[in-house]
Amino acid sequence: MAQMTMIQAITDAMRNELKNDENVLVFGEDVGQNGGVFRATEGLQKEFGEDRVFDTPLAESGIGGLAIGLALEGYRPVPEIQFFGFVFEVMDSVAGQMNRLRFRTGGTKNAPITVRAPFGGGVHTPEMHSDSLEGLIAQTPGIKVVIPSTPYEAKGLLISSIRDNDPVVFLEHMKLYRSFREEVPEEEYTIELGKAAVKREGKDVTVVAYGAMVHSSLKAAEELEKEGIDVEVIDLRTVSPVDYDTVIESVNKTGHAVVVQEAQRQAGIAANIVAEIQERAILHLEAPVLRVTAADTVYPFSEAEDVWLPSHQDIVEKIKAVVNF
Amino acid sequence: MKHVLESVENQFETFQILDENGKVVNKADMPDLSDEDLKELMRRMVYTRVLDQRSIALNRQGRLGFYAPTAGQEASQLGSHFALEKEDFLLPGYRDVPQLIWQGLPLHQAFLWSRGHYAGGQFPEDVRALFPQIIIGAQFVQAAGVALGIKKRGKQAVAVTWTGDGGTSQGDFYEGMNFAGAFKAPAIFIAQNNGFAISVPREKQTSAKTLAQKAIAAGIEGIQVDGMDVLAVYAATKHARVRAINGEGPTLIETLTYRYGPHTMSGDDPTRYRSDELNSEWEKKDPLIRFRKFLEGKKLWSEEEETKVIEEAKSDIKEAIKKADQAPKQKVTDLIGFMYEELPVNLQTQLEEYQAKESK
Repeated sequence: MAQMTMIQAITDAMRNELKNDENVLVFGEDVGQNGGVFRATEGLQKEFGEDRVFDTPLAESGIGGLAIGLALEGYRPVPEIQFFGFVFEVMDSVAGQMNRLRFRTGGTKNAPITVRAPFGGGVHTPEMHSDSLEGLIAQTPGIKVVIPSTPYEAKGLLISSIRDNDPVVFLEHMKLYRSFREEVPEEEYTIELGKAAVKREGKDVTVVAYGAMVHSSLKAAEELEKEGIDVEVIDLRTVSPVDYDTVIESVNKTGHAVVVQEAQRQAGIAANIVAEIQERAILHLEAPVLRVTAADTVYPFSEAEDVWLPSHQDIVEKIKAVVNF
Repeated sequence: MKHVLESVENQFETFQILDENGKVVNKADMPDLSDEDLKELMRRMVYTRVLDQRSIALNRQGRLGFYAPTAGQEASQLGSHFALEKEDFLLPGYRDVPQLIWQGLPLHQAFLWSRGHYAGGQFPEDVRALFPQIIIGAQFVQAAGVALGIKKRGKQAVAVTWTGDGGTSQGDFYEGMNFAGAFKAPAIFIAQNNGFAISVPREKQTSAKTLAQKAIAAGIEGIQVDGMDVLAVYAATKHARVRAINGEGPTLIETLTYRYGPHTMSGDDPTRYRSDELNSEWEKKDPLIRFRKFLEGKKLWSEEEETKVIEEAKSDIKEAIKKADQAPKQKVTDLIGFMYEELPVNLQTQLEEYQAKESK
């Protein structure tokens, strides 16, 4: 076991898969010699060579096409989009092409591609770096969307994503890259995609979160414990497809639910969770399901992040509103 | 500065071997094709012309769905395809179904693709090709990837892709060529310039005098070729293939061609934007007429042979349509089954729902 940050765990997962499968290729802008703008691919080119880990021209759409073409030649591409705000440049490759390759060929071809991209607020990035755009891809049939919140899970989920024979968008929250360390096994292991994790058991209210909001929700739960409110926190880990069974089981137990996302209210995936809960658990609900989200504005100028991003205090308030409904 | 632009444009003179009368105007570049090859090329062009005529008729009868006419582009489509090998990978646009057929896609599957049936995309394993791409330009970036894959595998093969004149305005057109250039990948990019993107004339796409010169932006070789001259198209493609396989990187080929029919059969009316004069001017350039004259001059082609091909095509098409009719009706459960290797939980649930519905 080693103490790793999330970024180290991600590097470790890619190293593991590069070693494990000679068809794995890692490429993108500055991922080679430079080791990535966040050091996610640090040392990989040196260890595996330029044939396996390489830089590309600065063009996201080209990177997406490259991944699809390499997949058609039997490779297992792990391309990087430097920041997920740049996904619009490659939206066709991701949501118009790789996601439907298996479908369009009647199951005769597939795209085992893992698109890695950082996102997420709280680190004062310039424009179009931090936007939460997982909702766009979560609406797209044929592609999975994975968002880890801890180093341990990042490694296991990334290995699973790379081994998946269908495309996965793997979103890495920038604020979580180096915010804490945890024990991560050096050997390989996988975490099943599409499975949520109960991060804190509780009996009074279910909080469903993902990404950085998992940690804010856990902090809110700790605070509310002092006030006698016992919060269960579910980390979705995969936001498409969602592990609704875990969510519903929890809501059936607690009778209260709050869904927490960093994305704007009209974006993200919180509305999906609310809809599923009302379809499947309405008779267990003692209050409406409320959402903690950002405001429906464009992602803020960096100095306004502190007032704009959902905080653990926002979560505390929504939980109280639901419990005291 | 005007002479600077001119000096660039002068690098892209139209490459031609046969003139409109089937006369060889460029002996030096005459490709090395046997008499049998020459006859086979003619056979394919005639067959494809019949296929176009029948496809239009079948579409009008409602027995085909989406169809983009190909008449006029036989030299461009089949001359380029004839220069390829079985191990080459094809990334066609939506008008490039003939290349797929001659690569080995069974005719009835091409018809099923037109109708909108999943079996139309289930290509035989030995047909190295993707389905016709509807998103204009996407096939170019994907071709760069396939070509890089071929290079990494150390195969003696190329990735070949086709788009139209309008498609050269897309970002993916530039990105695809530029990526292939930067990776020195074995790709052949073909821009079939038929003068119109639906109703928009080629002059409204760009001020560039040729489309071939767009290769300069990627630092790759560009060739403009008479796209109604099957020997010139073949020779240019062959040249590009040899370069690619020798590790010299990609080539852009612009074929100057024309489509006699509408853009697609989905309600396009070309009389709104094309004059009779323009049509008749291009009809004189018909690739079949000049190649027929060329072959007749060499005593390699006769009316009887042509009639035989026409009859063969008609009978194949009849059989293929019958076979397409026999394809099973598509069910939602089929479609669910093609989404993932392992169904996620939402689709598992929906599969059960539709199974129940379908068994009623």
